Amino acid sequence: MSYFGMTKLTLKSALRRPVTRGYPLGPRRVIPDSRGLLVFTKDNCIYCSVCRKKCPTGAIGVNRNLKKWAIDRLRCISCGYCVESCPKQCLSLSTDMAAPTVTKDRDTY
Amino acid sequence: MNEEQTFTTVPVEDLLSRVLGFRDKGWRLVQIGAAALGETIEITYSFDLGGRLSNLRVSLPSEGTPRVPSVSSIYPCSFLYENEMHDLFRIQVDGMAIDFKGKFYRTTVPFPFASRKP
Amino acid sequence: MPRTIIPFGPQHPVLPEPIHLELAIEDERVVDVIPTIGFVHRGLEKLVERKDYQEFVYVAERICGICSFIHGQTYCQAIETIMKIEVPPRARYLRTIWGELSRIHSHLLWLGLLADSFGFESLFMHSWRIREKVLDIIEATTGGRVIFGSCKIGGVRRDIDPVAFQAMLAQLGLIEKDMREIVTVFLNDSTVKERLVGVGILSKGEAHALGCVGPTLRASGVSQDMRQLGYAAFDEISVEPITRPEGDCHARCSVRCAELFQSVDIIRRAVAKIPDGLIATKVTGNPSGEYLARTEQPRGEVAYYLKANGTKNLQRFRVRTPTFANLPALVKMLPGSFLADVPVIVLTIDPCISCTER
Repeated sequence: MSYFGMTKLTLKSALRRPVTRGYPLGPRRVIPDSRGLLVFTKDNCIYCSVCRKKCPTGAIGVNRNLKKWAIDRLRCISCGYCVESCPKQCLSLSTDMAAPTVTKDRDTY
Repeated sequence: MNEEQTFTTVPVEDLLSRVLGFRDKGWRLVQIGAAALGETIEITYSFDLGGRLSNLRVSLPSEGTPRVPSVSSIYPCSFLYENEMHDLFRIQVDGMAIDFKGKFYRTTVPFPFASRKP
Repeated sequence: MPRTIIPFGPQHPVLPEPIHLELAIEDERVVDVIPTIGFVHRGLEKLVERKDYQEFVYVAERICGICSFIHGQTYCQAIETIMKIEVPPRARYLRTIWGELSRIHSHLLWLGLLADSFGFESLFMHSWRIREKVLDIIEATTGGRVIFGSCKIGGVRRDIDPVAFQAMLAQLGLIEKDMREIVTVFLNDSTVKERLVGVGILSKGEAHALGCVGPTLRASGVSQDMRQLGYAAFDEISVEPITRPEGDCHARCSVRCAELFQSVDIIRRAVAKIPDGLIATKVTGNPSGEYLARTEQPRGEVAYYLKANGTKNLQRFRVRTPTFANLPALVKMLPGSFLADVPVIVLTIDPCISCTER
């Protein structure tokens, strides 16, 4: 008859610090190589539109004539397919998160 | 890594006797699936015994309402697959053990997979 | 005796996903049950007509959140068999390691939900605390916590270097120590045994005839595990199926707890044997043919039927998920049980309804 098998576990967790991190009061823990926000550097872009064709959700828009590159942050799933296929390495995934927003427009560069 | 698989096409009349043969030898029913391919609808019955897979196929024209007899007298668990086939593909299955009469899958569009856009 | 009809679900605190059961009860005992599904039907099988076969890996991965990696792996395996692509050995070992990590995370999630279903909240929180550590390993090696995004046709997208392997094994040692503590409570505590032993019994012949798969089948004494088919790295790493003879809820819990330690052992063996080399082969052309691929998800056997005719869109994509095969067992187990045991029995088949309805 084992009724108190849980006692040891409960005493241990009562006597030590909480496991939860208390973010935003404490720092956010960042794991390197985590897939987060897509970062675009405009300098090398040749507007070839390969990233737009490879994007599975259609979040990227490219306009060759006006030299504009736009991304819909709410549609991006951070898969990294565009990062792998860009011929000029203009794109990378950082570990930040996309900011919350109240409108559904795109970020244009 | 790749297992041996056989796909055998049988006419609708021989379906029940072939399925009974599988049950008597102890094969387990894996799935019953339908595929709408434009002019025809193919229904595939898959069976498994110790890692080997064997499939029976019934091919019906998709004009009108395709009908097949139910195998739930032989394998009682097949009523779910047959209700799903009816609710999604408009295939009429005669003699299901538990017949939900179209209410198993709650979709807004009735028979959503019946037609195939090219 | 007059009958009352009680609706169970779709919203219920114990269910991870919505399913609707109409329970006909006579004075506290269930006599009949009628399931209805369709609350999260997204029509993913019809999406095949619009997305080409290489992009479709993303959709296949997102059929379910808990078993997502093995969905993607099975889809890739089916396409690779149709197109006769040879996957390099290092990619097969990496897929095995991620698959077993996914199994550990899914079983820990299930253990927490089971403890919650009979009211043992603190055990629920401890199970999910250990699960957080597994998710940290997964995020460090693949970049995402739940949706891995690392399978592609021809191999995998990311590699794990030896330093990361050593860190992962060190973490797994700590996780295994924590897991032993809570598994002792699940299997030996008297209050837990009062709720689980003798509830929802499924005999060996019934389990086989109803077409059950996975731990539900193995807890009734049938020894069958799709990992014995030898896909990915399992032709070089042998797996013994874990079975129990009793067939009640306690046996199903016991099978899943033992599988946790078996998965840790498989990961250690795979890391010791992993060869060097490429992680993907190049894919050109379109698939043509048909194949039915089967793998072992945490919940049982999943069958992927793919039919292609030489164009870049597949003709038919059908998924038969393990919960769909276990639903007839639910319809058989519930009549005769108490109303208070219904959440426990529904949870022991490990319902993943978003997989079932695609």
